[in-house]
Amino acid sequence: MSEANNAHNVSYLEYKGQYKGLLAWIFSTDHKRIGLLYLYTMLFFFSVAAILGLLMKTQLIAPGYTIMGPQTYNSLFTLHGIIMIFVIVVPGLPAVFGNFFLPIMIGAKDVAFPKLNLLSWWFYIIGILIVLTSQFMGDGPPDTGWTFYAPYSFRTPTNVLPAVFGAFVMGFSSILTGINFVVTIHRMRAPGMTWFKMPLFPWTLYGTAWIQILATPVIGITLLLIVAERLMGIGIFDPALGGDPILYQHLFWIYSHPAVYIMILPAMGAISEIIPVFSRKTIFGYKAIVLSTLAIAFVGYFVWGHHMFTSGMSGRALYTFSFLTFLVAIPSAIKVFNWVSTMHKGSLQMQTPFYWAVSFIFVFMIGGLSGLVLGSLATNVHVHDTHFVVAHFHFIVFGGTGYAFMAALHYWFPKMFGRMYDMNWANLGWGIFFIGFNTLYLPMFYLGIMGMPRRYYDYLPDFHGGNIVSSLGAWVMVSGIVIIFANLIRSARHGEKTTEKNPWGGKTLEWQVDTPPTLENFEEIPTIEKGPYEFED
Amino acid sequence: MNSGASTFVEGVDNAFIFILGISFFFLIGITLVMILFLYRYNEKKHPKAVQNAGSTKLEIIWTVIPLALVMGMFYYGYVGWKPMKRIPDEGVEITANARMWSFSFRYDNGKVTDKLYVPKDTAIILNLNAVDVIHSLYIPAFRVKEDMVPGLANNRMWFEPTKLGSYSLFCTEYCGLQHSYMHTEVVVMEPEEFWTWYADTTGVALPVEEGADLALLGRQIVESKGCLACHSLDGSTIIGPTFKGAWGSNVPVITQGQDREVLYDYEYVKRSIYEPDYDIHRGYRAGQMFSYEGEITEQQIELIVEFLKSLNE
Repeated sequence: MSEANNAHNVSYLEYKGQYKGLLAWIFSTDHKRIGLLYLYTMLFFFSVAAILGLLMKTQLIAPGYTIMGPQTYNSLFTLHGIIMIFVIVVPGLPAVFGNFFLPIMIGAKDVAFPKLNLLSWWFYIIGILIVLTSQFMGDGPPDTGWTFYAPYSFRTPTNVLPAVFGAFVMGFSSILTGINFVVTIHRMRAPGMTWFKMPLFPWTLYGTAWIQILATPVIGITLLLIVAERLMGIGIFDPALGGDPILYQHLFWIYSHPAVYIMILPAMGAISEIIPVFSRKTIFGYKAIVLSTLAIAFVGYFVWGHHMFTSGMSGRALYTFSFLTFLVAIPSAIKVFNWVSTMHKGSLQMQTPFYWAVSFIFVFMIGGLSGLVLGSLATNVHVHDTHFVVAHFHFIVFGGTGYAFMAALHYWFPKMFGRMYDMNWANLGWGIFFIGFNTLYLPMFYLGIMGMPRRYYDYLPDFHGGNIVSSLGAWVMVSGIVIIFANLIRSARHGEKTTEKNPWGGKTLEWQVDTPPTLENFEEIPTIEKGPYEFED
Repeated sequence: MNSGASTFVEGVDNAFIFILGISFFFLIGITLVMILFLYRYNEKKHPKAVQNAGSTKLEIIWTVIPLALVMGMFYYGYVGWKPMKRIPDEGVEITANARMWSFSFRYDNGKVTDKLYVPKDTAIILNLNAVDVIHSLYIPAFRVKEDMVPGLANNRMWFEPTKLGSYSLFCTEYCGLQHSYMHTEVVVMEPEEFWTWYADTTGVALPVEEGADLALLGRQIVESKGCLACHSLDGSTIIGPTFKGAWGSNVPVITQGQDREVLYDYEYVKRSIYEPDYDIHRGYRAGQMFSYEGEITEQQIELIVEFLKSLNE
């Protein structure tokens, strides 16, 4: 190996390995390149699914046929859901920022199993390709919603099986990433980095990884049972064959509720990194945040029944699930209090990542508090399966995970690309996005309380007002996304070059390595003596 | 929101007010505190941060107080919901049937309607059935909703309307193409008026008067049973074949795997309604339509035939 291509002094972006061009990326086992592969895949598919969402909102701007028929609309919300859930938010922050920064933040050269890591990305891509075939082959794109509820998913003539099987394959990607991260965190922390000296983002990745390992097989088995039922006619979920459709809902939500915590925990971790740095202050209640992370990961397994409050479960099951649901709200509240307290008497740096983090707290609170309405039995019965639910989960999944993703991207961008983005455009994009987001989703709470069901192609004239506002908000929000993405894409290629190791003044390890990092991150593995957020100078 | 339209409204709305009240208090309070911090501790005003790594006392306070509040929410939610699960022994029992994409309601005397007619101040017990996929019966004004699951026995819900009027009734479980059109109305009547209406069983055995427009009567049946959700009148294909020009034609069908042609006559219409999968119209899928046996009488089929004939004119 020549001096010019030494793993210790060549940036991971410039390192010349065995392959050239695109192959040097799609066959790279470097955790940083794999992180970027996920990032590019997600940004592409996010753009696609956001356009689908915009078309749906445009259809809903007035009652009746506006720009599409009901079959198209039903296929659009199905594809929008499948892409957003399985391709974007479930892999989400762990796949992009976890891959890129977990090893660096704990002082390691790579994850424990680099080849397995690459395999995870390949499973992910193959899964996506299988889902995409469902759109173009067979009897038309699936129209079941991303939940594939039985027995409708057996009745519909559309091409459901490839979509289900694609989600199954993507599940393996998720499980393998989880295993990789758990082993990495257990075995590869730098000397001196005890569990309670580990930064909070790796902590949340740890909690998430366990959920990925333990919960994902349930959905894998369920999706496989659907395939068996559809292909072989074995009665499992379909009442026409003697199966039980409620069993399907249980199995589906046993995975899909913990999956919500797969989506949100790493988001909370990223916010817990950003707030101390831009407050110039150590995180308030480090241990409380760690413990609340583990509590969410644990209790989150036992609340799935709140998705099924009207499906005919026994009364005792219902109030038990309601009770547990309220318990799982507490650790999230604790985190919010700790974040806000971290800002108290800090020296707040008003910069783009911090705007995203503070607005995250605001929208996450709306998402969480509206979740209390859904956790309570009496109110749930009224708003169940209405637009209220749609608003709630967009505030959590898009407001929570989405804002945290953008916060993390603007925070770590200079480290990842060795270039800086344009701050003014970034702030403008954030502002427009924030206004559009709230205009889009807040009216849905109102529509839901007034009784407008979800997955509705058309609606009664009573619901028109709220829908006009919401649809206009969609256009504003998408304008914000265009500005943000255009700025980031331009900056990744032509932004001002920077080799400054620590542009924001962070204390965690990624700010002590080169910008952009060298192939093996560290010339010498550091020894850790201090906690991750000690800002006193 | 038609408050006071059923006996459940008060309990449910109390839970809403309690939860939303606390939620707004915290949302507004915490947001104002954040804005205040952004202003006061801005680096320009507050260049040096004061370190503070946490406080066990505060952690306990903001664990215990929210815990107490959410337990209060749990309690209100429980109290508002409990009566919904206590189905009374006495009341008017009605069987609610859902199929893609219409509701029908069958009364004890055999009367079948597409709107739900109920007497005021009386317990109404609905037996929930679904023919094909999961549907959900939702009456926002009454704050009630229950899924209608095919094959689930003894699935019931109840409510007691307390205000006269018509209220929307929606399907809230996504059930396919025409899901957003699967809605009807609940009509709450004075009890005397209801029982008079109930005793009038002309809906069961239609006394067809001399000179009545039979095709129009047939059209009303076709509309009320939800046939038009799948079968168009203008020649277009929705889910099933169109009604336009169908009467008297030769239909290419697959019967038990055998290709054949049958005449679109009374027998064919009747078989298609009672045994939809017996003759599969070529180019369409089996399993899309479920039998209407017991929901559409033979007399009604005769009227439907008159309507189909009229489409050829």
